[in-house]
This record gives sequence, C-alpha cells and structure tokens, in this order.
Amino acid sequence: MSVSFTVNGRKRSVEAEADKPLLWVLREDLDMPGTKFGCGAGLCGACTVHLDGDAVRSCQTPIADAAGKQVTTIEGVAMNETGKRVVAAWTALDVPQCGYCQAGQIMSATALLKQNPKPTPDDIDGWMSGNICRCATYLRIRAAIRQAAGLPAEIADASALPAVGAAGEQLA
Amino acid sequence: MTGTAALSRRSFLVASVAGSAVLSLDATVVLAATSPTAAADVLNAFVRIHADNTVTIGAKNPEIGQGVKVMLPMLIAEEMDLAWDQVHIVQTDADEKLYGVQTAGGSTATPRNWLPMRQVGAAAREMLVMAAAARWGVDPATLTTANGAVLQASTGKSATYASLAKDAARQTPPDPAKVKLKDPAAFKIIGTPKPGVDVPKIVKGEPLYGIDTRVPGMVHGAVVKCPAHGGTVASFDDAAVKAIPGVLGVVAVNSGFVPEGRNDTLVIVADSWWKASKAREKLAVKWDDAAVTGFSTAGYEADAAKLVAGSPQTSVFKVGDPDAALAKAAKVITADYEYPFLAHASLEPQNCTGLFRDGKLELWAPSQSPANGRADTAKFCGLSPDDLTIHLTRIGGGFGRRLLNDYMVIAGQVAKAMPGKPVKVLFDRTDDFRHDFYRPAGWHRLTAGLGSDGELLAFKDHFATFGTDGKPVRAAQMAPGEYPAPVVANVDLGVSYMATNLATGWLRAPSSNAMAFVFQSFLDEVAEAAGLDLPELMRRTLGAPRELPGERAKFHTGRARGVIDAVCKSAGWNGRQKGRGFGFYFSHLGYFAEIVDITMADGAVKVNKVWVAGDIGAHIINPLNALNQAHGCVIEGLGQAMIGQKIVQEAGAITAENFGDFALMRIDAAPAEIAVEFVKTDFPPTGLGEPALPPVIPALANAIYSLTGKRHRRLPLEVI
Repeated sequence: MSVSFTVNGRKRSVEAEADKPLLWVLREDLDMPGTKFGCGAGLCGACTVHLDGDAVRSCQTPIADAAGKQVTTIEGVAMNETGKRVVAAWTALDVPQCGYCQAGQIMSATALLKQNPKPTPDDIDGWMSGNICRCATYLRIRAAIRQAAGLPAEIADASALPAVGAAGEQLA
Repeated sequence: MTGTAALSRRSFLVASVAGSAVLSLDATVVLAATSPTAAADVLNAFVRIHADNTVTIGAKNPEIGQGVKVMLPMLIAEEMDLAWDQVHIVQTDADEKLYGVQTAGGSTATPRNWLPMRQVGAAAREMLVMAAAARWGVDPATLTTANGAVLQASTGKSATYASLAKDAARQTPPDPAKVKLKDPAAFKIIGTPKPGVDVPKIVKGEPLYGIDTRVPGMVHGAVVKCPAHGGTVASFDDAAVKAIPGVLGVVAVNSGFVPEGRNDTLVIVADSWWKASKAREKLAVKWDDAAVTGFSTAGYEADAAKLVAGSPQTSVFKVGDPDAALAKAAKVITADYEYPFLAHASLEPQNCTGLFRDGKLELWAPSQSPANGRADTAKFCGLSPDDLTIHLTRIGGGFGRRLLNDYMVIAGQVAKAMPGKPVKVLFDRTDDFRHDFYRPAGWHRLTAGLGSDGELLAFKDHFATFGTDGKPVRAAQMAPGEYPAPVVANVDLGVSYMATNLATGWLRAPSSNAMAFVFQSFLDEVAEAAGLDLPELMRRTLGAPRELPGERAKFHTGRARGVIDAVCKSAGWNGRQKGRGFGFYFSHLGYFAEIVDITMADGAVKVNKVWVAGDIGAHIINPLNALNQAHGCVIEGLGQAMIGQKIVQEAGAITAENFGDFALMRIDAAPAEIAVEFVKTDFPPTGLGEPALPPVIPALANAIYSLTGKRHRRLPLEVI
C-alpha cells in the first residue's frame, strides 16, 4: 500500500506492506538508520519514536498506523526545544557507552519532559524503565534528564570526577 | 623499560591532493617485560598531519562502548604534545600487519598499548623536533614542543607541526624503545576527562554501527538456524519462500559450529530484511539433530549433583594434605554453590555485511576479534585471509559475544554465493538469544577447615562443569590461583567435566564473574565461622605485601589490601552490619573491593548504594569514561545476580525468545548511587572493562545474608 506521513517535518510517501513496522520503513525505505532495532517485540525501547507527539515503539507500529501522522525520530528530535535540551544534556554528561540504545533513551526522555517538565526521581525511573541500556548508563541517564529539566543534577558522577590517588599508598 | 626493539625503519610522507601530509610510523616493538602480554607485539600507528595543523589519529581497536576509540589516541596525542582540540580520531580498518593486535577483549587494550602507543607519539614528536632543529640550524636539545608546535624559548622561534611535517618525514625515525617519554608529571591529556568521540553522532542518529551499514545495491539476509546446537540441515524446501516477490534465494551455510561440509544455517536473502524475516515461516527444513536433542538444563543439574558428590576427575591445583588437615580441623565448613548458563544479549543484534567481487571479499564487521574473524571467514569461504578487506564499525555492545565471529563467517559465505551483490545478514532477537556462545554453568562443592585459633588450614573445591577429553570447554576454566588457594597450606581444587552441545564463550570478566560469587560468598561463610568479617579474613590471609605467582598474572597482596582498606573506609564499614555486604576480586590485572548496601521491600531486594575501590595502577587515563565503565560493571553484575538471569535448555535448544525470558537490568532497579574510588599505585595502568564486575555479585549475596540470615548459594539469587 502507499502510505503518506510526515517525518521530522518533511512529507514522505512510501510503498510498503501494511503490516511493515514503521521501524523498518524508516531504516530500509527512508534510509534513516538512527532508529534502532533491538528486540522487535516492544520490550527494549531502542526503536522509540514520537507519533503525533507520543512516544511509541516503532517496531510495534505498522506503517498503516502512521498514515497521515507526524513522526519525529532521533534525526529530528533536536528540532524542538525540549529535544534540543535533552540532546545537549546527553552530550554534556557523556552519557553513552556503546550508544546503541541512546536514540531510544533520548526519544523517551524527551517525551517525558514534554508532559512532565519537572519529574521526580521516581517519575524518571518509572517512565524510563521501558528502555534497556545493556551497558547500564542509568546513573548518567537520570542525571542528564534532570539537567535537561533544569533540576540540580546532583548525581555523584555528574559533578565529581574520581578521586584518583585519594586513598592510595605507594607500593614499591 | 626492558626488551629490544627490532625496527622496520620506515617512514614516509605523502602530500595529498588536499594539501595534507601523511606521516606514517612503522615500528616493531618488543613490549616491556612487565607487560602481561610479554611477547613480541607488532604495531603501527597512523598519524596524519593536516595543512591546518589538525592531526588525524587512527584508533585501531574495535569500539564496543569501552571507550578505546578515545583512550588509545589520547596516548599518542599526549606524547606528540598536541592540544586535544587539534585531534581528529578515525577508526582504522582491521589490519594487524599494519596496526598490531586489534582485539577488544580481556581488558587488554590498556596494558598492551600503554607503552607502544606512547612510543609512537613520542617518536613522531622527536622527528618533528629534529626537522625544526635542522631548519633553524640549532641543537635539538634547545627545543621544546607544545600544542602542536616546536618552540625555541631563547629566540622565540616557533613552527607548527604542519609546517614541519614534510621535513620530519625525511628524518631517520628514532628507535621507539629508546625514544624519550614524558615524565608523567607533565601529562596534559592522560588523566583528564575526554568525552566519547562518537557521542555527537550518536545523539543525532547518524549511521555508525554494523547494522547501519548501507552499500549501494545491498540486499538483506535473515537466518534460520537449527534450534538444537550442533544440528545440521538434512533437507529443505524453499519453493514457497522463493515464490515471494523480492526474495532472491536461500543459501545454506556453516556458521562454524559444525564439521566442514555440513550446514547449520539457512539464510533467506531478499530486497528487505523485514521481508526476508517474515519469509522464514514458509521455509520447510528437516534437521539432522538426533545426536544433540538429549541435552537439557535438567539433565546437567542431575549429572552435576552426582559429579560433585564423587571424586574429582582431575585437579588443577593441589598442595599439602587437605584431607588430613580437615580431619584435624576444629571446624569444617562445607557448602554447594552453582550458577547458570548466561547469554550476552548485546542490544545490537549480531550482523555483518559482505560484498564478494573479483575473488575478493569485503566485510563491514562489528567484531571484537577481527583477526580471528578474518581467519575463520577465509577458511569457510575457501579464500586466502589476504583476500579479505575488513572495515570495523562501531559496535552496539560486545560483552565478549563478538569475540566469536559466526556472523562474519555466515555473511562471508552468503556474499560469496551472490557475487557482486552486497548482502547484510542480521539476526533477530530470538536468533541472538538462541545462538549465542554462553557463559558456561558450574557447580561447586566447597570445604574449608579452620584451626582452633580460626586459621584457615585447608581448602577444597570440587568444580563440576563442561568439557571433553579432560579439558574444559571455552570459558569453563578454573585458575589454579583461585583465592584463597595460594595462601592456604593444604588445598585441592578438583574438577569434573560433563558434555554439552552448546557453544560456550567469554562473557565480560569470564570465569571471574562466576568464581567471585562462589569463592567470596563461601569465604564470607568461613569468616563467620572464624568469628570475623570478610574484609578481616581477607586481611589476615593476604598477609604481608608481596607478589604471589599466578598462571596469567602475579597477584600483589598489598594492592588487594589497599582496595579492601579503601572501600571499608569510604563506606564506613565497621564489621558485620545488617544490609551491608563485601566482596573482593582480582581479575584482568585489576584489584577491586566493593560494598553493597541494600534494603528489602515486599521480599524484593533494593540496592541503595555501591562503593567501589579499584586499583588499576598509576593512571586513570580517561576518568570520565572510567566512571562509566565502573558503573556498567556494577550494574551488569547486579543484573546477573538479582533479576533472574538464566539461560534454560530443553531438547538441545535454548528456550529464551526475548527480553521477557531473559531480563536485563532496567533503570528502576539500578542503585541510586555508585561511589567509585581509584587507589593509585606505582604500577603500569591496566584495563577497566571487566575487573569491577565480579566482586559486586558476592557483595550483594553477602548483604542479603547479613540482612535476612538466608545464605544464597545459587545464581540467579532467588530474591524476586
């Protein structure tokens, strides 16, 4: 079927099977590989995008469901103010390790801050628990969301670098 | 520094069309005897000086999230006396003849490259200085360097590296083994926080990973693999698959698991991966798997129980007379411990892209071990290793999974079957879970004997694991120096093996991630029987600072003591305290002691805080990344212990389908705080990708015991 929708403000049209997930339309048909394939079952959050402003798992979104809608992906998330702040905080705090999940993390975090601009620690953990980070950058994810929200990022590692040599004794 | 330098004294400069200059250093260096590799190691660093005085530095090792793409160039830039903002980092291809060892495994990048990468930078700097001295007709000893320029303080003369690059290349390259290295007190880059070089691309979703590879005309492959490991294709009917528009064909290949001439994998190739993946349900396959369907988790458990109750088949370490010592002991403590098979579950599923044309194979490979991948792929493709060009992509998680290269072997054969057509082979999540190289399970029966004064007189372990012909399968080894074996007078570390059809492999901190749980939990039991806490038992058994011999590395009791004391001080440890647990482990040349603080709510464990003290030598090269690695290790270890991670096998096959069956730690279970402290000692720096992981597991188990009185002796801990 032919499906038309908007991606990051640009009108796009594709020919695809109606059940082909938005994830694979983005990656294969529109050459936008920023949205990542992790589980194909809506369990890991790596493929998170915004559909008409809501965070959805693009691996579980048949392309037919995107017809006529606004899709925002990692490639375009910084076009809005909240997304820009989230991306800036992610960069400033050097959040990624392997980085593979981080597109999905940023998309989820941006959706969180849009509907809850000053989240509590429990709000952050609750909202972000749908996104797996296999490298476990969770402490920096929490800190980056707080920084993007203009909240004190008091997580230890955001403010303090390791005390190299603080407790060491020289061994011959 | 010791060792000799056999040099290929070659240096050349090429002016490019863009007006840039290439300065290439090619040196063969024998590493210092203090290096854990201790053998000849070939390296070649690639440095390009551009006309605008920016400098491109090649990062040679695969980047899996461990930060090596920044760390190795930091070493070169430091000794070259570059300003960090001059540096532009690029990932090199896989070419060990040019770059030396390019493996992301074993936390080896730092110890293996600490000296040679600095020598490369220092040699480049020296050639630039010699060029300036010749140009100005002055003694090179009067010159200094800073921020990518050579300076003469007395005259105020200065020249940028860019202006000297061509002359520098005509200098005789210095002997890297004799080149003058910086006094560490003068380091400006090493020891300072440097953010990830790819982060600006990651946050924009730019293509970086193997799965993002796009080659014009590329087609896609989805795999169908024999569910029971080791089974092969008896026959298949692909008529219904081939009838689907867009499907190009089905290729039968050997992923490297089964004897040559047999195949265990079918790859459906189509113009879309989604299409190829969906077509799998129409592929009818008969498997030849009768020899491997008898293996199961239940079977292993029953066999292991019989094995540990009997005598060990072999011994990896024996000293004194442990049975006689136990007969005389005032107290004997015995306990059984066990842990399951584990998957790696890297978030980027296994994939590789290949293009075969004109007899040559080009691969885009997210591999932690590309040299092995080259050899294996060449073998199964019937090519010479030199016929392969391997591009290294950023990798969406390694954890040891990508030290084995089945995805390269598969993609190579599919590409070879479709000459001229680039093909990307991609596993889905279920393929990834069911066709991993698993951390092998293990069962231990431990016995310790204490004297009337609480001294540890005897120690025995009977370890049941997997092996054939009296040898362990991959990653099932037990080291003869497993602590406390080296410090007890009467020891027997015995082993018995059983068969498995599963392929096993190295999972982050291999062997250590299991042994730390077993030995440090059991030592917590021993300590209690001796009326001590575990840190105090460790201090008493470690004794005076000295080096104990080890199979792969010496173990320094003073360094162990240093981190134990540091973590106890920072956590305010004051003996056994409810909800607090301690663990220590030495692995991958790193010494780590950790304390976990927990509470229980509704029967579930909540980890509040983890204190980490680590000794990885004199320098933390990139402290920003070091913290990330320590956090990752701690949370991964907690995940292995407390959220039910276990790979289950039935009828020869793995049952896990997706993250619902094999959980990974999520943010809501992560500790609120992880306090990391590095204890600096006067030893060469070593790696940090792994050694912070093992001790957190026994620290957690010991914390649960201190809070609840229940001793958990099986992973995953039954706390959910």
